[in-house]
Amino acid sequence: MSETEYLKDAEEREEDIVIRAIDVKRHYHGMDGNVTKALDGISLDVLRGEYLSIMGPSGSGKSTLFNMIGGIDSPTEGMVFIDEIDVAQLDSYELAWLRCHKIGYIFQSYNILPVLTALENVTLPMVFAGNSPNEAREKGMAILETVGLGDRALHRPFEMSGGQQQRVAVGRAIANDPVIILADEPTANLDVHTGEEIIELLNKLRDERGITIISATHDMKMLDVSTRILWIRDGKVQRLEERKNLNIEIGRIESE
Amino acid sequence: MMPKQDVIPEQTAVSWPIVMSVSMAGMRRRFSRAMITMVGVVLAIAFLCYMLLNETFVQSMIAEGSDDLNILLQNANVDILSGGGTDQMTVLLIGLTLLTSLVGIINAMLMAVTERVREIGTLKCLGATDQFVVRTYFVESAVQGVCGSALGMVLGLVVSMVVNLKTYGWFALKTFPAGGVVVALLVSLGAGAVLSVVAAIIPAYMAARKQPVEALRVEE
Ligand SMILES: Nc1ncnc2c1ncn2[C@@H]1O[C@H](COP(=O)(O)OP(=O)(O)OP(=O)(O)O)[C@@H](O)[C@H]1O
Ligand SMILES: [Mg+2]
Repeated sequence: MSETEYLKDAEEREEDIVIRAIDVKRHYHGMDGNVTKALDGISLDVLRGEYLSIMGPSGSGKSTLFNMIGGIDSPTEGMVFIDEIDVAQLDSYELAWLRCHKIGYIFQSYNILPVLTALENVTLPMVFAGNSPNEAREKGMAILETVGLGDRALHRPFEMSGGQQQRVAVGRAIANDPVIILADEPTANLDVHTGEEIIELLNKLRDERGITIISATHDMKMLDVSTRILWIRDGKVQRLEERKNLNIEIGRIESE
Repeated sequence: MMPKQDVIPEQTAVSWPIVMSVSMAGMRRRFSRAMITMVGVVLAIAFLCYMLLNETFVQSMIAEGSDDLNILLQNANVDILSGGGTDQMTVLLIGLTLLTSLVGIINAMLMAVTERVREIGTLKCLGATDQFVVRTYFVESAVQGVCGSALGMVLGLVVSMVVNLKTYGWFALKTFPAGGVVVALLVSLGAGAVLSVVAAIIPAYMAARKQPVEALRVEE
């Protein structure tokens, strides 16, 4: 799918909203009675198959927004729909199902389970989804090939580099063919080159499988492959722009 | 515009063998921690087993009614008239030992939960249910408890045999109370298993309550 194909027409877009956040607020109540408004009324539609980058200074609420649209925390106010499902209506078992089948998470610090091999890490979500161990193993091997770790299936995290661990995490994220991949600063702990490889991998998955990618980032390379970029500041949307309208040189966006 | 999806299937339960393998992988990695927890169980159960065995041995020897044996029993300070029953102090001591080991397991399991908050959060992000998390902790505790009890049982048996052979010589074998010994061993094993499962209740509950958000916590 090319950029123009799915961004061409607003009506079509309406049907292809994969996440809809409506006036989402998330307040944290501190010990001394003061309230941190981590999110202060964010409304956002994420389109199927897009690559949305979220930018903003540290503490602006990027991770908090991820928690909301990823069904891993609930908003103080507002509504979140994931693939047309109202997240607030779900009980804990339904939420587990949602996380398992609809969303793949990628973390800054990889979060590969240290006790399991690369293959076991990738197959675990499939096991949670109810696949038989044999099925899962077969599919897991294919996924490890996809992420370029076919020869590392039985390695454990401490035998792998950061880049390789993050590849395992990408493989784990796509295990159950999710609709969305949420990646919170996936390249922050990696060197430039390794980071680029991860970004290319994510972009390839978007291209080939139509998975929607949402990623928080400070990485300029990542902006380049994005279809849209969202800037947030103090828990509010500051700017939302399609990549193709940003004719500015990549280096200059950073200074905004 | 946003049709609500009515039917969301419940996340399927993960089968016990898978729970086992995840638990075992965790324990293999943290082998030394598991061993230390187990040593507490081994000692408590060995003590329990030893006391239970001694009681059956003594009772079986009193029932034998041989004069030579009665002298040996008297030398060993056994009260023949009361039937060699274990006194209250000993029962109390056994109880305290078991309690200490219970607290030990609870402590170790709670530490395991705190240590693995991020892991539990990640598991939940991957689709693990509360039930799965609870089960892994019960399996972990139960495996430690049962292995520890088995070892403790063997240790108790060996020590008891050595002591009884030394004190009563061949009488210990002649009056060997096979049935009583089996019962004592089974009671010890059962006590250890119950102990470890009870110890897992609070930690497993705490683990299940951890939220997926914890997965994003950056560790320092
Ligand atoms: N659990 C929490 N309790 C209290 N305050 C919190 C909590 N989590 C986040 N906050 C606050 O909410 C605000 C937004 O935090 P968030 O982690 O979303 O920022 P971020 O944009 O992801 O920053 P970074 O780029 O550093 O990761 C911050 O002011 C933070 O202190
Ligand atoms: Mg963050």
